[in-house]
Amino acid sequence: MKDDFLVFDHVTKRFGALTAVNDVSLTVNRGEFFSLLGPSGCGKTTLLRMLGGFERPDSGRIYLEGKDITDLPPNRRRVHTVFQNYALFPTMTIWDNIAFSLKLAHMDGKEIEEKVEEILEMIQMSDQAWKYPSQLSGGQKQRVAIARALVDRPQVLLLDEPLAALDLKLRQHMLLELDTIHDQVGITFLYVTHDQGEAMSLSDRIAVINRGKIEQLDGPAKIYEAPASRFVASFIGDTNFISGEIVSVEGDYCFIKTDGFAQIKAFNDKNLATGQRVGLSVRPEKIRVTLSPPPPEKGAAINVFPSTVKDIVYQGVYTKYWLDANGVRISALKPHSRFLLDQEAITWNDKVFVWWHPDDGYMVEEDDV
Amino acid sequence: MVGVRNKLREVGLTMPSFLWLSFFFVVPTVIVLSIAFHAASPDGGIAPGFTLATWRSISNPNYPAIVWRTIWISALTTFFCVILSLPCAYAIARMTTKWRAAVAGLIMLPFWTSFIVRVFAWRTLLNPEGFLQGLLSSIGIIDQSVSLNYNSGAILVVSVYSFLPFAIMPIYAAAEKFDFSLLEAARDLGARSFFAFRKIFLPGVRRGVISAVLMVFIPAIGSYVIPDLVGGTDSELIGNKIYQRTFPDRNLPHASALAGLTAVAVLLPLGCVAWWMKRQDEREAKRLAEATSRRISGGAA
Ligand SMILES: Nc1ncnc2c1ncn2[C@@H]1O[C@H](COP(=O)(O)OP(=O)(O)O)[C@@H](O)[C@H]1O
Ligand SMILES: [Mg+2]
Repeated sequence: MKDDFLVFDHVTKRFGALTAVNDVSLTVNRGEFFSLLGPSGCGKTTLLRMLGGFERPDSGRIYLEGKDITDLPPNRRRVHTVFQNYALFPTMTIWDNIAFSLKLAHMDGKEIEEKVEEILEMIQMSDQAWKYPSQLSGGQKQRVAIARALVDRPQVLLLDEPLAALDLKLRQHMLLELDTIHDQVGITFLYVTHDQGEAMSLSDRIAVINRGKIEQLDGPAKIYEAPASRFVASFIGDTNFISGEIVSVEGDYCFIKTDGFAQIKAFNDKNLATGQRVGLSVRPEKIRVTLSPPPPEKGAAINVFPSTVKDIVYQGVYTKYWLDANGVRISALKPHSRFLLDQEAITWNDKVFVWWHPDDGYMVEEDDV
Repeated sequence: MVGVRNKLREVGLTMPSFLWLSFFFVVPTVIVLSIAFHAASPDGGIAPGFTLATWRSISNPNYPAIVWRTIWISALTTFFCVILSLPCAYAIARMTTKWRAAVAGLIMLPFWTSFIVRVFAWRTLLNPEGFLQGLLSSIGIIDQSVSLNYNSGAILVVSVYSFLPFAIMPIYAAAEKFDFSLLEAARDLGARSFFAFRKIFLPGVRRGVISAVLMVFIPAIGSYVIPDLVGGTDSELIGNKIYQRTFPDRNLPHASALAGLTAVAVLLPLGCVAWWMKRQDEREAKRLAEATSRRISGGAA
């Protein structure tokens, strides 16, 4: 553990009766883009503030490059934060905002000038240096806040929902820019967000947090494809979540008995035994919807259920279908392409077939509720 | 046409405050000052006819000394009020809403008691037989022979006490709007807490501080109750002199001239400061403009 770059070791933080962060342990590697992802109020900011030095954990320690920094004040940690509201100093120019940490480090004037100019160039704002924060747009403020936090090359850069205040277009642009900046500076980024899209597209690894606890810590693809819990499955993207019980196991596969549905076949990668209660997550884009039954050669190898079309929502990139399969609500996505024109069009109240491959369902163990 | 209508609108909107100010401020001031150009009549009124005799008698070296002492004590009062108010305002602004209201109420509480009564209370407190003298001399901080009362020090202490709420309130009003996450940002970037307070909080509540300075300095200049009750014979302020000329002496022209002298003595330094600040702002703006143009032309080269 001493050799790890950044370590949270059994960290707990309470506010009165509320446990905001509950026994969190995690390790961040040097240079990594690491995200804390979770719904609002799950304790992400609190975790970040403990690393910044603004909150003291009730128990547990935080180590940075092997050094215990748990009790150091914020100004003694080489960890800088990009605040959600930017927190640029309104009485200082952009230049002075960025030079703030360098001046505090008593760097000489020439060197300060070089470093500030260099980072201004990187954020492409060299011609704005003498403006005041109130004269900038949201995206520009954002870039200055990042530059100010990066200019003296901290050990870790903390970003607390940095894009939340921007509109969609700008957010997508800044997303790319953040990625580029991370590649350029090679500093470890710890990124807090409640937006799974942001976390997925930027991160090397993601810790999904719920009610102060880590639910899963993995790469983006793993988190999407193999969610560790019902919470993760439904929080990350859209999913159909079907509860049931394993009734038989057959080689690598098993059969699940659910309310309403007939038996569902699923890949049993965890070697769960008969009788185990499970939740099966099937992503909408993995489900096919057709008017005619699937070709017979697929036969018993796949899950097929007759259903009724309840609702159709056209969404540009794809169309979303809401279906009723024997009382169970299923959503499915169909991307648009020229091929669709060769098929019969599906409309409201059509009797259709819903089918997916057993490998496309992912099971999580569920305790009896 | 539109321009004319806008102009009319503007005049219409500013007229009431203009009339109010001229009627209740400019006119009385002019009347008071004009009295100084008449002689006093033997019955305590104002004699007809123009004279500069009063102004000549003002040049008595006693008066500049008193004016100077008045400005000096007022400046010190202002300084201590602001210094004490800053941490108070900071602390109140950081409290929860419930506590804020309670503490703000406590600060205003003394106003429920007559100002004169409160100054009298200080007079008792500072009395040679009083509580403070006893306490301080018993623990050996001061000698029994030192007088706490009837000197400039007593005026300063009581003035700071009296004017403190007038300094806390405007600074608190500014601090309430201050974004405290800026202090965290400063700490985050490596500043110690006092440095962050000085470099970020202080400029952030600048307007409140300026209001506080005016709210304390101006009434302090005119104060006469405090020096009258706790000041000594050698610590008279200009307010006492004006009072003395107006009531016991019944020499209104002389009192008016002293009031005029005080006004000049206050407005002159304030005007200089305002001019200096404006020039600083202009210089800063020019510096920024030059730096920007240099950068742009440098970038093009
Ligand atoms: N200073 C505080 N005092 C009391 N409760 C707090 C404080 N800071 C955060 N909380 C509570 O702790 C929980 C986690 O908050 P936070 O870390 O801000 O969540 P997130 O950033 O994930 O939205 C929330 O329920 C919040 O109300
Ligand atoms: Mg938060």
